[in-house]
Amino acid sequence: MIKSGFFERNLKYLFPLPALLFVLLLMVFPVLYTLFVSFTDWTLTSGRPMKFAGLGSYLKIMGEPRFLDAVGRTFYFTIGAVLAEAVLGTTIALVLNREFRGKNALKFILLLPLVATPVAVGIVFNLFYDPTIGFLNYVLSVFGLPQSGWVTASSTVLPSLMLVDIWQWTPMISLIVLAGLAGLSNEPYESAKVDGASSVQTFVHITLPMVMPTILTAIILRAVDALKTYDIIYAMTGGGPGYSSETLNILAYKFSFEYFNMGQASSILVFLFFIVLLFSLGVTKIRKLFEL
Amino acid sequence: MKNSLKFRIGFPLLVLLIVVPMIFPFIWMFMSAFKTQVDIISWPPKFLFSPTLVNFNKVFNEQNFLLYLKNSVIVGVAAVFVSLLLGLPAAYSIARFKQKRLSMMILVARLMPGISFLMPWYIVFSRLGLMDSYTALILSHILIALPVVVWIMSSYFESVPMEMEESAMVDGATQQRAFVAIILPLSVPGIVTATTLSFIFSWNNFMFSQVLSMQKTRTLPIAVYNFMSYAEVDWGGVMAAAVAIMTPAIILTMVFQKYVVKGLTMGAVKG
Repeated sequence: MIKSGFFERNLKYLFPLPALLFVLLLMVFPVLYTLFVSFTDWTLTSGRPMKFAGLGSYLKIMGEPRFLDAVGRTFYFTIGAVLAEAVLGTTIALVLNREFRGKNALKFILLLPLVATPVAVGIVFNLFYDPTIGFLNYVLSVFGLPQSGWVTASSTVLPSLMLVDIWQWTPMISLIVLAGLAGLSNEPYESAKVDGASSVQTFVHITLPMVMPTILTAIILRAVDALKTYDIIYAMTGGGPGYSSETLNILAYKFSFEYFNMGQASSILVFLFFIVLLFSLGVTKIRKLFEL
Repeated sequence: MKNSLKFRIGFPLLVLLIVVPMIFPFIWMFMSAFKTQVDIISWPPKFLFSPTLVNFNKVFNEQNFLLYLKNSVIVGVAAVFVSLLLGLPAAYSIARFKQKRLSMMILVARLMPGISFLMPWYIVFSRLGLMDSYTALILSHILIALPVVVWIMSSYFESVPMEMEESAMVDGATQQRAFVAIILPLSVPGIVTATTLSFIFSWNNFMFSQVLSMQKTRTLPIAVYNFMSYAEVDWGGVMAAAVAIMTPAIILTMVFQKYVVKGLTMGAVKG
């Protein structure tokens, strides 16, 4: 040990160093740059040099109805989709939490939506949703129900997009909860049986509290991604019809790469980042409560 | 109750109720990929039709999909390879020296909205003349793959008992030698998990390539998207393109099912 060289003595700095430098260069600096740009009025189209504008970009964005609508939509989309996924996903996990033939094949099927390319998923659902040739309107007509415009009508576009998110990500919650259920110890169940608890009582008082931390973690992971949903919305509607499916991420993309209004785009991004951060902190706190 | 008649009929029905909605979009996609445009737009939707390869022919021979496939593979493989190179030692260090702050940083990298780095990259890469280059795309995809590698591997390394490298170090090996010669070979299952997942995430990424790639380095997700945004949608062709992009990810998942499940559920369960 005494002979150990420079490399070994400083292993704990040298080993993470390359990764750290990479993250610093390609992530930390760019994010700081975005933060900096958000305090300017910079646009790429005007050709003017960047000028410090204080909170100007933030104030402009706050007064923009498209921004406020996008904030509301982002929350609506995230809360609606993730709640549905949590309830459905947990229910599916509880149904499947037993041994049966073909369980592995079933798990494979659950994995399919998770690994499917979101852009392609969006396109497949666009075919489903197509008002004139789509399968879903056919199903509605079979049951004698009125046809829907799905993603082509501003009143139904958000729920239709949420349905795609729910289809794609419910299995993720199921798999996480299934893994959590598999790790539960048997003892509480045995003593509950001795005490003559009904299956509903066992579920409410034993299973649910024990898997709650797992479910909440799954919800955080999912919500953080749902807040940033981009691929599916961009591929299916591009934020339309009109602006009716524009979420914060889509709006930020349009401000940066369609309008080249870097100052305001950056302030949208800073805002989105804080929402994501606050949200994860909040849910982590709630999760701690359950663990105590 | 388990073997009651009600359960023996009810349970398979319940499973069917879960499986059918999950798998139907895939079935519809595959069917449509083999349909002619006439069959696709026919009403009511057709379940029986004579299959055609016209759409795949169009995708691969007229639309240059082999080039985009090659681009996706190059970018994915290079990004995953570099991420393993950078991420494995970092993950080992996080696990062994309990570097909480470092692992927090990786978590934050997962939280950040992608566009918040994309905008600065766009400016820097265009000044450096790196737009539409593999370099820019691979760099951006490393940022997708690296957090996955570190996230999965640091908890994997924690599960490998410390005695493993201690016994080697007693015999005179350095810790870095023990890491390469003993810990890494023991961690193959974890590395397979990290590799598969990070490759799939890179494969599926849309936003980074949308901004950083053009004609030359365009990856599959962008090609599929562009295919759709023509004035009149050629549904058969688009579905064939969707099949082409999803098949590799599905095959990877089939081969490495156990690992993919582990990777996706890891962290959430352990807490």
